[in-house]
Amino acid sequence: MNAPAYNFAYLDEQTKRMIRRAIMKAIAIPGYQVPFASREMPMPYGWGTGGVQVTAAILGPNDILKVIDQGSDDTTNAVSIRKFFAKTAGVRTTTDTHEATVIQTRHRIPEASLGEHQVLVYQVPIPEPLRFLEPRETETRRMHALAEYGLMHVKLYEDIARHGHIATTYAYPVKVDGRYVMDPSPTPKFDNPKMNDCAALQLFGAGREKRIYAIPPYTKVVSLDFDDHPFERYRHDASCELCGAADSFLDEVIMDDSGSRMFVCSDTDYCETRRAAGPALDSQQSEGAHG
Amino acid sequence: MTATTHDFEGPVFAAQSTFRAIMQAIARPGSLQSIEGLKDVPAPLSGEAAAIALALFDHDTPVWLDPELARPDVAAWLRFHTGAPVVPEPALAIFALVGDPAGLPPLNAFDQGSAEYPDRSTTLVLQMAGLAEGETLVLTGPGIRDNQAFRAAPLPDDMAERIAANRSQFPRGVDLLFTAPSQVAAIPRSVRLKRG
Repeated sequence: MNAPAYNFAYLDEQTKRMIRRAIMKAIAIPGYQVPFASREMPMPYGWGTGGVQVTAAILGPNDILKVIDQGSDDTTNAVSIRKFFAKTAGVRTTTDTHEATVIQTRHRIPEASLGEHQVLVYQVPIPEPLRFLEPRETETRRMHALAEYGLMHVKLYEDIARHGHIATTYAYPVKVDGRYVMDPSPTPKFDNPKMNDCAALQLFGAGREKRIYAIPPYTKVVSLDFDDHPFERYRHDASCELCGAADSFLDEVIMDDSGSRMFVCSDTDYCETRRAAGPALDSQQSEGAHG
Repeated sequence: MTATTHDFEGPVFAAQSTFRAIMQAIARPGSLQSIEGLKDVPAPLSGEAAAIALALFDHDTPVWLDPELARPDVAAWLRFHTGAPVVPEPALAIFALVGDPAGLPPLNAFDQGSAEYPDRSTTLVLQMAGLAEGETLVLTGPGIRDNQAFRAAPLPDDMAERIAANRSQFPRGVDLLFTAPSQVAAIPRSVRLKRG
């Protein structure tokens, strides 16, 4: 038998140490983006290389890993990352939100509330909330240093001037512990309130942009808004047609060529748990559904 | 040279579990986390501080040793096992190992990071006698639900003022790790002190 061609959890120890040091500083400075020497991973940029590197740096043999992509455990990105760590680290994987100790996510926060024993790892495409307003890194860095965030409020105000309301629906900027403005990754703004005062540690990894940032547990996270245009959550005005949930974030699924559609929970584990726990409120709809 | 013995037994998993304890300590300031110290490291370096060194130090991290720890065998052990350069000035260090925390230099003697790159500041590792005695500090801030009591000894009499001054220049500032037998705790720069 040949020796394994790679280290536990794929990354070499030198790389893990470098990422671990970045994670420490990220937690100590909530919301600040720590530069790190992002490695090339055996998957393309945009497929969660930042999240994968953070997960690889923290993962131990006793961890139980859950990976979700837009809330779902069974889409391509989630399945391949779960398999990646099952193969390279031999860790147990799960789809059960409560059972997991490390949850890697692309663009959703689970509906079930998280506990102190859990770490939520976000895959981030563009970590800099000011990037579309100011392309120069030297400038955005100075704006963060001076806590000069007026431009972000101007952007939200322009939304109001043009649309009558704040039209930003995902990657909605937040302020962490009253200091840094942070991009919560492209989660729907429905999820923003879950970041506030969360019992779990939240880590963010952006592989292509080479940044790691964090929200410690029980930290104040406020979505930016105006007194006369307060932050509002958004969800479709419907219930999940599989489990009947009226409180979860919904995906709109096109059913056929004639435009019929149904709404289902984006969080598959939440939906399945509800269906397993009790009779579905709308059992007829669930007949033809796939898990 | 006799400094070539004792490393982590299973280096990959020991570094991981040591790091997770440190990560939890920083994420929940003032809480006590379990950590396994190394055996047979050159005194007065503690087994817990040595474990932290193996988990986090390498050729990228200049290390400063306080006068208590600035001994040839400690420096040789660190160089051999981590490859970290030992530097003479605290302001040049990414990590500082402090064997005599009562004689801790002023926190602003260490690298504070810059306003643009506050992550470049020094992380201090203080070898404490214990984390159950000494003046009680009441911590609040990120990572703490309401309040968190924290005690450590021995520390300088004005430690509370130093921690408050460190916080006042946030996001610049140093981060503190405290080790005791089988334990680690942290006061990162984000911590606010509650005055009783």
